[in-house]
Amino acid sequence: MIGATSTIFSIVATLVQVVLLALLGPLLIGFMAKMKARAEGRVGAPIVQPLRDLRKLLSKERLHARHASAVLPLAPMVIFAATTVAIAISPLVTTRPLLGSSADVLVIVYLLLTGSIAAALGGLDAGTAFGGMGSSRAMTIGALAEPALLVAVIALSIQSGTSNLPSIVSTTMAHPDWVSGPSRLLALVALVIVVIAETGRIPVDNPSTHLELTMIHEAMILEYAGPELSLITLAEAMRLGLFFSLIANLFFPWGIDTNGAYAGLALGVVALVGKTAIVALGVSLIEIRSAKLRLFRLPELLAGGFVLSVLAVVTGLVTR
Amino acid sequence: MSTTYVGALELASGAVLVSAVMTLWRRQVRSIVTMLSLQGMGLAAVAIILAVHEHDKALLVTGGLVFVVKGLVVPGLLRRVSKLDSNSRESEPLVNVPSSLVFAAVLIVLSYVVSSRVTSFAPTEATHLTPIGIATVLVGYFMLVTRRRAVSKIVGLILVDNGIALVTFLLTSGVPLIVELGSSLDVLLVVVVLQFLVVSMGRHLRTDELAEMKALRD
Repeated sequence: MIGATSTIFSIVATLVQVVLLALLGPLLIGFMAKMKARAEGRVGAPIVQPLRDLRKLLSKERLHARHASAVLPLAPMVIFAATTVAIAISPLVTTRPLLGSSADVLVIVYLLLTGSIAAALGGLDAGTAFGGMGSSRAMTIGALAEPALLVAVIALSIQSGTSNLPSIVSTTMAHPDWVSGPSRLLALVALVIVVIAETGRIPVDNPSTHLELTMIHEAMILEYAGPELSLITLAEAMRLGLFFSLIANLFFPWGIDTNGAYAGLALGVVALVGKTAIVALGVSLIEIRSAKLRLFRLPELLAGGFVLSVLAVVTGLVTR
Repeated sequence: MSTTYVGALELASGAVLVSAVMTLWRRQVRSIVTMLSLQGMGLAAVAIILAVHEHDKALLVTGGLVFVVKGLVVPGLLRRVSKLDSNSRESEPLVNVPSSLVFAAVLIVLSYVVSSRVTSFAPTEATHLTPIGIATVLVGYFMLVTRRRAVSKIVGLILVDNGIALVTFLLTSGVPLIVELGSSLDVLLVVVVLQFLVVSMGRHLRTDELAEMKALRD
């Protein structure tokens, strides 16, 4: 009987996570745009603007490029599905999501990578120069960010003695002194660099530009229109939300529900919204203060992230 | 008490290594010197934390000395040198920045592997951190070998010295005060002499790239 109620709780919690991230991702993007506009002295679009854009795109006609194959319409679905699964099994508002036992760090990383590969294939499929260029650049950055991401997460799992994300979160809550340790701080800096690269924020990619020399992500999705563009944009926003929530929960897990109560779940939702808003504020401060790096300088930034994550692993081993 | 001591020690020695890596990462000589200054302060913090933990007054004085010399005076001198040169960037090191960062990662892992045998002789909280000091030394040598500009080479030299000092602090809680005084003054003198050299190089060659220096005259 207890097993049945906890299963129902896990199902509810998983659904809450997916729906919350579907709303939270676009809202975070709107929030960062608003912060940036304020810093530039503009009023800026309302925070809900990305959600309105998604709704507007949904009501438009489906259009495909003439030479596109089945990959073009399939790619947004793959990105969306992979991101949704990653969100469903990650410890975001509770440490007990359904299938939480399979939420290994490697599983999450490669689910997200599946999404990036689908996006690159979708960009290539229409056969335009921009799509190919965008995909090539996105894959280059992805290949550089990947080792840094993996090693940074491994630093966390060495400290916790497990590679299961919910367990990492709960062991961190049991050892609050870990959070200020050098290993955690280094891993945090490395992860922030990786997340900025993976979500295409400013020092790496400018999400608001359509200039052919600089755009990366926008070049990939240039051939998409209507509902498919809406799906791909939503999936990317959810991905950003997932990255921000993982940063928040891995480095400051307090507020997340651990004992499977509905009241804790509600608190977890509030805490997650608050924590991701703080992360978004931090990222938008970085965006405001820095200019986009030249493409050729990006390997330096990401190699720096990689070294910091190696440092995190070594200091984790040294101080264990 | 004990956990805050260990935490503070880890944080301070971590700061020493991170600033060593940051000197490889940054190109502008000005920010490299800032990192060097942070490293000197981190090193001083290690000494002061150890001194407070072991109630060692001489080590406390050493920490203060390290703070003044390596945190303030030496970076200040280097900053003055870099101001003389308008084009103060490490434009093309022999090994480019991404590769040297990856190489630094290899050196860090190497020092961890090597020094685990050394630390097993006297396993305390402080000696466990020795790999961090050895890694700083190796990163310093790497910088000394691969950078072209004289100022960067001086920074590499000081990184080596800071790394050695960190290992000394961690393994033996510091050498006697008079020895530390001597070595600090040594470093200071070396920096002053090298500063003269860089300034006169700049006057004659309009650059401080060592490769440009073909002949020596008196």
